[in-house]
Amino acid sequence: MPALPTENMNQAKAAAIQAKGLSSGYEGKLILSDINFSVRQGEAFFIIGGSGCGKSTLLRTLVGLNTPQEGSVDILGKPFSKADLPTRRAQLRNIGMLFQSSALWSSLTLRQNVALPLEEHTALTRREIDEISMLKLAQLGLKGYEDYYPAEISGGMKKRAGLARALALDPAIVFFDEPWAGLDPITSRKLNHQIKDIQQTFGTTLVIVSHELESIFELADRVIMLDKDAKGIIAEGNPHALLKSTTDNRVKDFLHRGSSNNHPV
Amino acid sequence: MPATSKILLAEVSIETTNKSLEVCVSGIWHIASKKPSWSQYSTSLKDIDLVFIKTSGLEAWDSSLLLFLIEIKTWCKIHKIACTTSALPTRMYDLLENLEGVYDSEIAKPRGENFLATVGIATQQAWFNLKGILGFIGEACLGLARLPSRLGKFRWRDWIHQMQACGVMSLPIVSLISFLVGLTLAYQAAVELRQFGADIFIADIVGLSVVREMGPMMAAIILAGRTGASFAATIGNMRANEEIDALEVLGISAIDFLVIPRLLALGLMMPLLTLYANCVGILGGMVVAGGILQIPPSAYWIETQSSIDLTDLGTGLLKATTFGLLIGLSGCMRGLQSERSAEGVGKATTSAVVTAILLIIIADSLFAILFHALGI
Repeated sequence: MPALPTENMNQAKAAAIQAKGLSSGYEGKLILSDINFSVRQGEAFFIIGGSGCGKSTLLRTLVGLNTPQEGSVDILGKPFSKADLPTRRAQLRNIGMLFQSSALWSSLTLRQNVALPLEEHTALTRREIDEISMLKLAQLGLKGYEDYYPAEISGGMKKRAGLARALALDPAIVFFDEPWAGLDPITSRKLNHQIKDIQQTFGTTLVIVSHELESIFELADRVIMLDKDAKGIIAEGNPHALLKSTTDNRVKDFLHRGSSNNHPV
Repeated sequence: MPATSKILLAEVSIETTNKSLEVCVSGIWHIASKKPSWSQYSTSLKDIDLVFIKTSGLEAWDSSLLLFLIEIKTWCKIHKIACTTSALPTRMYDLLENLEGVYDSEIAKPRGENFLATVGIATQQAWFNLKGILGFIGEACLGLARLPSRLGKFRWRDWIHQMQACGVMSLPIVSLISFLVGLTLAYQAAVELRQFGADIFIADIVGLSVVREMGPMMAAIILAGRTGASFAATIGNMRANEEIDALEVLGISAIDFLVIPRLLALGLMMPLLTLYANCVGILGGMVVAGGILQIPPSAYWIETQSSIDLTDLGTGLLKATTFGLLIGLSGCMRGLQSERSAEGVGKATTSAVVTAILLIIIADSLFAILFHALGI
């Protein structure tokens, strides 16, 4: 149930995300230059690449945390990066994000964390908000932990609570920044299943920054690979197809690291 | 006799055959132990066109051996002598190859700027800083203007919590400091007034000083150190943990969520704390007046009442509210500007206190000029 049904019908043909000539960086230093890609609605789209290639910078630029130096981002067919603040805030209702550190608000309980976006963006009653918060937490296996504070739960639970919060408004697009970082293999696998469930159940578009090959091959419909020296995209496509067809050694090296470790590929 | 254990040291032996020099390293090479220097061998060498390095009986080695070998290689390079290291163990050989050319570049690149550049950068930073302060004040004003339309979404619980933290929890320290300030003022005045037989005017001096100046000022400085620093640390930490980013991505304004409840809490608590600080300061003066000048508390109180009117009280409370808002603005602003690291949070905290005190003093001076001009 991404966004409202009527809104979805209007946006049926629009790309979930469209990046046009995007350049981004920090303090005058250019990290990404002339990035062009589009993400189709409902697909699991991965941004991959080695450390320091600008994956997180690109993600932060897509969600509006970094202002692009050049180019623009459209979300669900509407200008996002160039829109004014109130319009951008309104568009953010279609977006959820799971941060690498989970970024749960430490002064609020898990229930309050999930409830906050609902309080801010909806006119639901207190009771309805509470019910939705409980439902979202239960959906991610956190039933019974609603009144715990983030400091009182494990890293894996924090990730799931962060995901519950990202899904609070039933967004059309969910962004993930290194969702598997710091998780053990079993918790990672569980999180994989939960991410897959969300995509299949609600048709949510997933944009995931990662270098976890196992998850890339398991979940990704399409990937773009960034390179530090090229400051841009060096490969785009389905990871399985790329693995077979690419002639670029950088892409081969990256994707083969998984297969050399008895990867299921 | 029991055999004494032999302590192996880093050893070097050299042997010259024709024009070729064979250097053999052995023993234990440890960075913390004394290591041979190539210069003690090289000075006596003449007519060499090849240096061959090998190991024999090498028990253990670390970076000290590599340094020694680099010294030999550098010497060979300077004297244009061929150097062969192929007989070294593979790992040592690889490491040595990787270190090739390490010393060719300058050891440290100077990072300092010249005077003009430093002044330019500092001016630019001051300009950005001023823009940041003005921008933040503007955003906070917009946040306050939005408040009536979003009262239902206002974080009342946070507001009450902040009022408790900055108001109620500050009472002990405000009591102590205000009492001591009243006491000190009274002591200073008592010595002078006694000479003129104007003992009773101690109540006027203490009362007016405390109510118009010292009460709001001392409460503000305590809160700048206590609450302003706490705001900067909390918000800075939230920034380091991406919690502020999470607010932005979910379309929630950090100003509405974090800044406005804190500003309003300080704006309300500061005048109340100042009223309390005034009372305790006057009490401090009363204790000294009774103890040193034998003025009865009732006479002191009547004199205080006659010297202070509502205008004095009002000016003090107006200052207090302004100071409260400035402390809140400084704390929240520095927290939101904080770098995403532990050091950044520390800097933000220090900066919040310094900014708050600076703004308080500037505002106090402006108030003094304004009240003088208005004849208040």
